[in-house]
Amino acid sequence: MALLEVDALQTHFRTPDGINRAVDGVSFHVNAGETLAIVGESGCGKSVTAMSILRLIPEPPGKIAGAIRFNGKNLLEATDKEMRAIRGNEISMIFQEPMTSLNPVLTVGRQIGETLRLHQGLSAQAAEDRAVEMLNLVGIPEAKRRVREYPHQLSGGMRQRVMIAIALACNPKLLIADEPTTALDVTIQAQILDLMRDLKHRVGAAIVLITHDLGVVAEVAERVVVMYAGKKVEEAPVHALFNRPRHPYTQGLLGSVPKLGSSLTGEATRLAEIPGLVPSLKQKIPGCVFASRCPHATDLCTAIAPALEEKAPGHVAACHYALREGALAA
Amino acid sequence: MSTAPLLQVNDLKKHFPIHGGFFGGVTAKVYAVDGISFDIAKGETLSLVGESGCGKSTVGKALLRLFPLTDGQVILGGTRIDDMPSSTLRPMRRRMQVVFQDPFSSLNPRMRVRDILAEPIRNFGLSNSSADLEARLVALMDKVRLPKDAINRWPHEFSGGQRQRIGIARALAGEPDLIICDEAVSALDVSVKAQIVNLLQDLQKELGLAMLFISHDLAIVEHMTHRVAVMYLGKIVEVAPRRSLFGAPKHPYTEALLSAVPQPTPGIQRQRVILKGDVPSPINPPKGCRFHTRCPYAFDRCRVEEPVLRPIADAMGEGHVSACHLHDRSAAENPLSGAKGAALLAVG
Repeated sequence: MALLEVDALQTHFRTPDGINRAVDGVSFHVNAGETLAIVGESGCGKSVTAMSILRLIPEPPGKIAGAIRFNGKNLLEATDKEMRAIRGNEISMIFQEPMTSLNPVLTVGRQIGETLRLHQGLSAQAAEDRAVEMLNLVGIPEAKRRVREYPHQLSGGMRQRVMIAIALACNPKLLIADEPTTALDVTIQAQILDLMRDLKHRVGAAIVLITHDLGVVAEVAERVVVMYAGKKVEEAPVHALFNRPRHPYTQGLLGSVPKLGSSLTGEATRLAEIPGLVPSLKQKIPGCVFASRCPHATDLCTAIAPALEEKAPGHVAACHYALREGALAA
Repeated sequence: MSTAPLLQVNDLKKHFPIHGGFFGGVTAKVYAVDGISFDIAKGETLSLVGESGCGKSTVGKALLRLFPLTDGQVILGGTRIDDMPSSTLRPMRRRMQVVFQDPFSSLNPRMRVRDILAEPIRNFGLSNSSADLEARLVALMDKVRLPKDAINRWPHEFSGGQRQRIGIARALAGEPDLIICDEAVSALDVSVKAQIVNLLQDLQKELGLAMLFISHDLAIVEHMTHRVAVMYLGKIVEVAPRRSLFGAPKHPYTEALLSAVPQPTPGIQRQRVILKGDVPSPINPPKGCRFHTRCPYAFDRCRVEEPVLRPIADAMGEGHVSACHLHDRSAAENPLSGAKGAALLAVG
């Protein structure tokens, strides 16, 4: 049984001018100890998916439907009290903005200790000792002194390390990281990604990594879910996705990112564009959500929404024209 | 180079005072840009790269004279503009335009696209009849591939990518020689980013524009630049033509920067240089080489003596300069002497 199973998740928001279908029927699973990346552009619903798993969506105006099974238990049916026992304990989350997601008026030691005291009933002293251990684990020098400092005394990279320390304090089984390195500089990003890889081996938590950066995906993920306009359009092991993307959107996405070293290999001098814009999520789209921007779209695509089909072992895509394994390459 | 460059910058400095204390006097200074020199030829793209806080945006703003300079010279088309009074500077501003990062806050929400684009044309007196103005506006919309009928709409009616096109059209309205793009594509989504990068490249070819492309995205920079200048803590540490910089970086910071960029190719084997610690504060930059606190190869001399930019022999082309004491060592002792770039980037 998978650690986390998301089944036909729908997260809709009621707005003054109609229902916003932010996430519209997304299913995926995460095995224990695995790293799954969810990629897509802004507005594709990847962050809302993450927030829905932890039930952090305010209801109303939001409405979550479907099923989210964690260790077999449907989180959508859990009471608030049960959810509180899970958040930060069995499932924890790292947010994008290390500047705004820490409390500015509490020391980092208090903030790391808070989850420990709440979930594990540690005393104040034991919680602080454990906080020092956690700071050491995430590579913050002079942890004994830093544990008494406030977030404003730390740099962006250090704050993100503190966020990771808080998230891992209770040895969660699942860590959801929502754009954990987007706000960081590239040399600091490399440090944090390295840390996450290292900790994953040591702590053994499964990770759901939400990002728009395909480079980060290639470096850390084992499996990838590609989202577009609230729907899952493709899912594949990381090598298969990058080497043989099946969905035209994934193909476009990969083509529009320049690779470092392009000037040395003399590759194409023009980036592939995906023409047009992401459609509004407030209108119901009868056919394929990507049809309006797809170079291969036909009448069939605008009329009937393609179902997710297994195109190769473990590789699913929602496209009428994506080739199955064995068929001739397009 | 035989012909004079379009823009020449000599020893540019910009220090920001920090006020504090009982009487609000100057208690410290932020050495945002601390003596940098470069030039840009007509039709050339020079990229300025570096991490946040290295001073790359301050350079752009200083060139535009959005604030007075602390020291140094800026020469545009043979004329010194850094000490010009604002009345004579005004017509010169036409030749140097800017595209900002955030397409949402850089357009006035109370002006129609028509007025946003017409303002620079009127200000610089480029048009003498309303028919001519109209023709110019239509041509501008066409240049940035926006529909003509969009000209009477308001900024909020456009998406991020379309707004950035309006920002580019506004920069082109004054018929500039040089466009400064300050992280002009950083805030955009991947697929839209590719559209804008392609547009900028097309426009440069079409109009022969020079560009100063300020960015932290090294893959995009490599894709569209001619030359690259790498900044660290207010100083330029390396300048080189694109292929030399990405193929054979000579400065340890450039090497680390390149190796840190995640590559969209799973499972590649590459040499990684992970820097320890954070960028030091520009209020109190380290003595000697500013990079020595994080440099994996630092030795005693780096802590006391500041290295200067000097030409480095490079098999891949001319015009490679770098500021590092390692260049004084023999090739056998210099960890950066070989062409490591290909290994860093994991390309064949």
